[in-house]
Amino acid sequence: MRGTALLPFRKELVLGALLALLSAVMWRFAPGFSKPSSLLGMTRYMAEVGLLALPMTAIIISGGIDLSSASIMGLCAVLLGVLWQGALLPVWAACTVAVAVGGLLGLSNGLVISRLGVPPLIATLATMAVFRGAALGISKANPVHGFPEGFFFIGQGQAAGLPFQVWILVPASVFAGLYLWRARGGRSVYAIGANEAAAAFSGIPVPRVKMLLYGASGLAGGLAAVVYVSRVSTAKADAGLDWELDVITAVVLGGASITGGTGRIAGTILALLIIQVLRTGMNLLALRSAWQLIAVGAILAASVLVDRLRLRGAAAG
Amino acid sequence: MRCILLAAAAAVFLGGCADDGGGLAADSTGTVTVTVITKIQGIEYFNAAEVGARRAAEELGVELVFDGPTENKVDRQIEMIDGWITRGCDVLAVSPNDPVAIAPVLRKALAHGIHVITWDADAEPDAREFFVNQASIDAIGVALVDVMAELAGPSAKTAIVTGSMTAANQNAWMDAMRAYMPKAFPQMSIVDVKPSEEDQQLAFRVTQDLLKAYPELDGVFGITSVALPGAADAVRQAGKTGRVAVTGLSTPGTMREWVRDGTVGTFVLWNPVDLGYLTVYAGRMLVDGTLTPETTEIQAGELGTIEVCGDEVLLGPPMRFDASNIDEFDF
Repeated sequence: MRGTALLPFRKELVLGALLALLSAVMWRFAPGFSKPSSLLGMTRYMAEVGLLALPMTAIIISGGIDLSSASIMGLCAVLLGVLWQGALLPVWAACTVAVAVGGLLGLSNGLVISRLGVPPLIATLATMAVFRGAALGISKANPVHGFPEGFFFIGQGQAAGLPFQVWILVPASVFAGLYLWRARGGRSVYAIGANEAAAAFSGIPVPRVKMLLYGASGLAGGLAAVVYVSRVSTAKADAGLDWELDVITAVVLGGASITGGTGRIAGTILALLIIQVLRTGMNLLALRSAWQLIAVGAILAASVLVDRLRLRGAAAG
Repeated sequence: MRCILLAAAAAVFLGGCADDGGGLAADSTGTVTVTVITKIQGIEYFNAAEVGARRAAEELGVELVFDGPTENKVDRQIEMIDGWITRGCDVLAVSPNDPVAIAPVLRKALAHGIHVITWDADAEPDAREFFVNQASIDAIGVALVDVMAELAGPSAKTAIVTGSMTAANQNAWMDAMRAYMPKAFPQMSIVDVKPSEEDQQLAFRVTQDLLKAYPELDGVFGITSVALPGAADAVRQAGKTGRVAVTGLSTPGTMREWVRDGTVGTFVLWNPVDLGYLTVYAGRMLVDGTLTPETTEIQAGELGTIEVCGDEVLLGPPMRFDASNIDEFDF
């Protein structure tokens, strides 16, 4: 797309400026925003959506979508609870199994999409319902409590002064960003998104790449489930409920085109930060929580509008 | 990569300043600040509680913030409470969506010197100082079962539509119903329990499913303020008004049309306006030191004398609403 060829990081610069502006406003007006505990607390809250947003960015760049990753998160949360509570497994083993199952569920999405040729929207719309339904059915909407103290370290603890989930999210983001930027598989994601037929003809193993992406999305769902359950000390089927929209909002706000071919992890991360700064700042300003929805929606709408205008200007000029 | 540098610069700017910034913590003006957090925003029940809370706040000269998350999820409540801990207030009154999940952040609030009380639904006892309870749990359970026996007979087959499976209050009421039912009406039974997550549409669908799954069902309990109208709607639309009795807990305003057309004969509640009022009073008294672990009763403004049992502040006995009194109330 012409826009991205002109100034490769323009979108991220705009996002960065917006983030700096919002942060400055909140710093000045929101009581307690500047406290280190606030700032670090924000990373806690964005970690789970962040993990889901990383593979989602790649999937959207490839021209696909995954509506089911939040449902995978719910199902994995329930599995974690059930496996541990039934005294079947020690908690760390239960976590590993939950994450692995997440990956498998993601791969099943990938299979349906790449081998059976079902459009990603339809396929993941269906699995979104199936996985969430399975989570509710297995757990009967009952929560699992009482995990061992050591388990809460992931979601509630700190390491080297930072919330522990930062040590998960940052390396994951760096890995995802480098993969899309440098790795052959990562670059092929852009090719697939720009023109899938051309990518296939040029020798890119499109089905395999897609399996990898959706598998990664499921894996992220499992990992997000572990972090979430650890943070709220409860394993319940409503983990991640309705988060699909939050994740996609972050990716689209971050500059990825919903039709595929453009996007960057850096943009997604900046978008996540913007949304979190808004939420935390508005909480601290004691603004009623309905306004947060309006604010995020408004920023997204404005961002899409600016993008459209810029493209129109570039095409006309 | 310029974008990373920009973000890094922002982070350094943000992290580098370690000072306390911004007007923080309970007011230098000396006004008591009370923050009341509901399970969810936009439900008539909590809107009614807000009316009472604001009235109490005005009487007491307390600065009140009354808010709730846009979905009935405990993690949103945790995030809001974390914000309040940072911003500072004198009293935090919470109706939690999950008693265990909310406990860590409530304990954190206590550790920061904020007075923490729960209202409407409880949390783990060591995470709060008092629980402002609408009515004794047993009294609610007994009233619900008694009403069902009057409407559907002592050997009714019933089902319960609850809110969420984690809400402590709803679970406690169901336990009380299950404890009382075999003693008072041994022929009465509960065949199923379904959650409806504070969503009237979901309660409607869930009740429809129950009616189909159990064709011999005699009665449905809808034990949240949105579950009851949803259940009533389902029964009416299935053409089973009169055949299946519907009762539960909800507000007169919501239930007026169902009582008038006979779908719901009688239902139970307490006055949520009073509950909100009492919550703010209890919060203020905690700050003043009038409410302590040794207190057995308090004077709560226009509510008069209110009983305090241990760590529970009890509003009073539950109220029954039916065609004879439903028009008297504006909540």
